[in-house]
Amino acid sequence: MAEALLEIRELHIGFEVYGGTLKVLNGVDLMVREGEKVGLVGETGCGKTTTAKSTLRILPMPPARISRGEILFRGADILKMGPKEIRRVQGQGISMIFQDPTAALNPVFTIGEQLMDAIRYSNSQEALGRREIRARAIQALKDVALPDPERILECYPIQLSGGMRQRVCIAMAIATEAELLIADEPTTSLDVTIQAQVLRLLGNLVQEKEASTILITHSLGIVREWTDRVYVMYAGGMVEAAKTREIFARPLHPYTQLLMRAVPKLTGEGIAEGIPGRIPDYLNPPPGCRFHPRCPYAMPICAQERPPFFPRGEDHQVACFLYKG
Amino acid sequence: MRLLIFLARRLGYSIFVLLGLSILVFLIARVMPGDPARMAMGPRAPEWVVERFRTEMHLDKPLYVQYYYWLRDALQGKFGLSIYTRRDVSQDIGEFFPATMELALFAGIIMGVFGIVLGVVSARYANSWIDNSVRVITYMGVVTPAYVFAILFLLLFGYVLNLLPTTGRLSPGVPAPPTRTGLVTLDSLLAGNFTAFFDALKHLIMPGIALALGGLSQEARITRASITENLQRDFIALERSQAIPERVIMSKYLLKLSLIPTVSILGLDFASLLGNAFLVEMIFNWPGMSRYGIHAMLTKDLNAIVAVIMIFGVIFITVNIIVDLVVSWLDPRIRLGAERAK
Repeated sequence: MAEALLEIRELHIGFEVYGGTLKVLNGVDLMVREGEKVGLVGETGCGKTTTAKSTLRILPMPPARISRGEILFRGADILKMGPKEIRRVQGQGISMIFQDPTAALNPVFTIGEQLMDAIRYSNSQEALGRREIRARAIQALKDVALPDPERILECYPIQLSGGMRQRVCIAMAIATEAELLIADEPTTSLDVTIQAQVLRLLGNLVQEKEASTILITHSLGIVREWTDRVYVMYAGGMVEAAKTREIFARPLHPYTQLLMRAVPKLTGEGIAEGIPGRIPDYLNPPPGCRFHPRCPYAMPICAQERPPFFPRGEDHQVACFLYKG
Repeated sequence: MRLLIFLARRLGYSIFVLLGLSILVFLIARVMPGDPARMAMGPRAPEWVVERFRTEMHLDKPLYVQYYYWLRDALQGKFGLSIYTRRDVSQDIGEFFPATMELALFAGIIMGVFGIVLGVVSARYANSWIDNSVRVITYMGVVTPAYVFAILFLLLFGYVLNLLPTTGRLSPGVPAPPTRTGLVTLDSLLAGNFTAFFDALKHLIMPGIALALGGLSQEARITRASITENLQRDFIALERSQAIPERVIMSKYLLKLSLIPTVSILGLDFASLLGNAFLVEMIFNWPGMSRYGIHAMLTKDLNAIVAVIMIFGVIFITVNIIVDLVVSWLDPRIRLGAERAK
């Protein structure tokens, strides 16, 4: 079994707001092995993006506050790193692709300026020459199949379509040869017709560069097609982790089961079922398992203790007292 | 090339704006109650003298004919006689305008530079005591009229502390430098006369700052708001995630974007600064356009009124063209958007 590249343990993150602390991450555990494609699924607002941003230390602090936990990248804790080390991780360790490429590109600078700065500062050891940086930028744009890269370098984001902008963002992420790529819902803001294209492109690039990936999404279809292993997240914590094939064949956690049933099927009749209840209030989250108020199988213990991961079979873990012992 | 087209188009529009302005002012000046010929000649002048004056000034003709005469002369650079000074209006303006221009430029520079610096500092130390004091002080700056500052400064620095001169552009006894630009500070620098330069600068400080404070406060607040807002944007997070040093993000990526709203209102602030200059000039006995302008209004000095307003119109248009140029240089969305609309 391959070595762990990224390992998040018991991560607790809160956001200080007027009136208290939003307890957004409540003991997140996540592991990515080298060369692995990991999916991270969950509802909007369950903490997927917060988890991703915390690995790059780009959460705005304050208001965000990390109260507990560690994020190990190749064994070194990102949360304890000095400025030099963290920049090495940001430069060549982890790259992130944001959900909305329009918001992720600075509107008043050219693509070239932004892409070349990303390349220039990614390598903290040796200073690259201008020509070398430019050549790499052009290569990165070619890698994401953008036509006429030289012209695109001179373009401003406004001159490109949404799909092209996301390709530029992908180019930025791969240009630095990062070992781990975090794609945060990379296709959500794109046209449906473009989504498949961009995903295919991303898949090929990951294959080619042999990078590990975390794909954040709320589409189970994409997860199924794309990933080796899946984490299901609910209200700031992981509820289940398993190989992709396994989790679709045998979902264990009640939330996972309900989530799968909520997907509309082409062959099915009518609208799929939703999950009754609402996502919890992060200011005063329910004690114990955060899913228990909505859970059809809730037991007394669920309201008292937070369930840890219980192993069920090879590489399958579930955070639910139904599977204790 | 693109710049030339932009300039040509803006200048083209400006002609129409100025034409419209001239018609408006021309009419308003003439429909105001009061007989300009009688006011010019004085209450005791015999009727036939007043009549002759009226005929000379074409005041007996219909308005559109009067306007035609005015426009014909104006296009040749002749703005007629002032009945207050009994001289050519252009000559009067040539004499009074540089003083106002010097004050306005000085105040405008202080407004822009310190407004932006304060805003950046405030945003950099957001929610600290520095930021809080800047916000409170600029709030007061926005709501206090320039003439109140002028009077306060006059009392405090002029009379109580006796630090700065309170009237005019130069102290008595300091020989004025030969006039080249009309701006005393610049003229004394050109003549290499530093005594006069520092003396002129001292005279500028109080009226200049009193004039600048309102706009300066607004610029500072807008800059701070825009920086703190942009700090939350995704691309800043992305740039940070790319190991780009914080200093590059702040001084390059964040600043350029955040200055767009600041620069956009600089033009408006400069216009209100010119308006406020009227009162501030009165308070500091500054030999600028204001005294001339006010007298012109009160005595129905028709030619002077129209000329003064037209000068302010031209300045306003020029400043706004410059502002638009800077904004479109800062913001490609405007530049490219305008191109696409063609």
